[in-house]
Amino acid sequence: MSASSIRILLVAGLVALLEILCRTGVIPNFTVIPPSAMAQSLWNILASGKFTPDIVATLTNVAIAIAAAMLAGVALGTALQGWPAARRVLDPLFATYYAVPMYAFYPLLIVIFGLGDLPQVAIGFLLAVMAVIINTLNGLDRVPPVLLKAARVHRLGPLAAALRVRLPCAAPYVFTGFKLAVAYSFIGVIGAEFITSSRGIGYEISFAYNNFDNGVMYAMILFILLLVITVNMSLHAWEKRLLARRRRA
Amino acid sequence: MRWRDPLLLLFLLFLLWEFLYLIVGDVALRSPAATARNLGAMLGDERFLPHVRETLLAFGQGFLIAVVVGLAIGVPLGAARFAGEVAEPILVALYSIPKVTLYPVILLIFGIGMPAKVAFGAIHGIVPISIFAMNAVRNINPTHLRTARVLRLSPMSLSLKILVPAALPEIVTGIRVGFSLALIGTLLGEMFGSQHGLGHLLMQAMSLHNIERILALTLLLVVFAAAVNALLLALDRSLHRRAA
Repeated sequence: MSASSIRILLVAGLVALLEILCRTGVIPNFTVIPPSAMAQSLWNILASGKFTPDIVATLTNVAIAIAAAMLAGVALGTALQGWPAARRVLDPLFATYYAVPMYAFYPLLIVIFGLGDLPQVAIGFLLAVMAVIINTLNGLDRVPPVLLKAARVHRLGPLAAALRVRLPCAAPYVFTGFKLAVAYSFIGVIGAEFITSSRGIGYEISFAYNNFDNGVMYAMILFILLLVITVNMSLHAWEKRLLARRRRA
Repeated sequence: MRWRDPLLLLFLLFLLWEFLYLIVGDVALRSPAATARNLGAMLGDERFLPHVRETLLAFGQGFLIAVVVGLAIGVPLGAARFAGEVAEPILVALYSIPKVTLYPVILLIFGIGMPAKVAFGAIHGIVPISIFAMNAVRNINPTHLRTARVLRLSPMSLSLKILVPAALPEIVTGIRVGFSLALIGTLLGEMFGSQHGLGHLLMQAMSLHNIERILALTLLLVVFAAAVNALLLALDRSLHRRAA
């Protein structure tokens, strides 16, 4: 049997086990509700459209954070690769960046940006951008010198060389940065929605928790988990296809 | 030369902070000097220290659980190649989900207080530590293992002479990543479901719009996280250099 079919059986088995434990009352319903009830409740919520504005708000914020992190990250990474002195100075910052609890800055961002969507986007951006910078640098370091020489022979300017030779060549690494940026943006935006906000999926989950509304709460938790896992798996599959095509070429 | 770059970086960060302060002003920020003074006053306040102790206690336990459980999951999965292949995508999926979503579940299971914080810190740390440990064990050079068999090393000296030195550098990298994430997890836990600890103070300062406090706490947390990370990073790099 292949690894992936065993994996599916394993996950299905765990879900079934949770279902049985909940149905037989080993796990009380005010702690966890059965997975089938979560799915049922999620279906009802999605069909009623009650939370559509929240879902749209969260996804919009995540998308803005990803786009900003990609633009800024690739630009900064490319600029730093051409400026080794600055890169050497900033290196300890890169190594320490993810050790810093980013949510500690959230109160500060609220004070600076106000109570709208901007602080959430900013947290998602801040978490995501460093992964893009690091992976862009990583990819640009591996561009074969012969391609750089070819660019010089064709008298490409620094911008044209970056856009037409160096970045396309570094694309697999930039894609890794993109995948991380997607994961981090979700983590940042949804985490920030939990702390304070007036809408969004994270807000609805904590609202439901405070009202002991397990049906809504578990439905929305399930929604986020399914959404993030689906997005990550599709990106992974897409990456595999791109890499396969590159190897053939 | 080597010590000048970090100093320059600190100076640049200081300039950035001052510059932001000049733009934003007292509504949203305090100057670096004022924040350092506030932090000093806060650390001298004896009502503050129990909160630090509470956070350190919660984080210490969560981190310890994360290391033990993470290694207990990762090492066997690295040794059994097929099991690792089955488990890896599941671990990666767990790594990328926003674990803060699971917070209400943790609270419902453990109730408000210390166990919930510890559990939340631990679930943040377990996944990266097990992923790194799995890869560390999986990537042990098979030639080394065959050499050990030829030399008829006992299981004891096999672990001491081959397995530990080969896998340790990557495991330490995992522990370093797990350390940061467990700290974030613990603080998040304190922000939502606790009456004590630095996360709780941060949340309280936020609702009171107490900017001095927010900044002093943020500075304390950032300095603590950066300092421990620098130590672990130095250990990490020297182990990797020795292995190379």
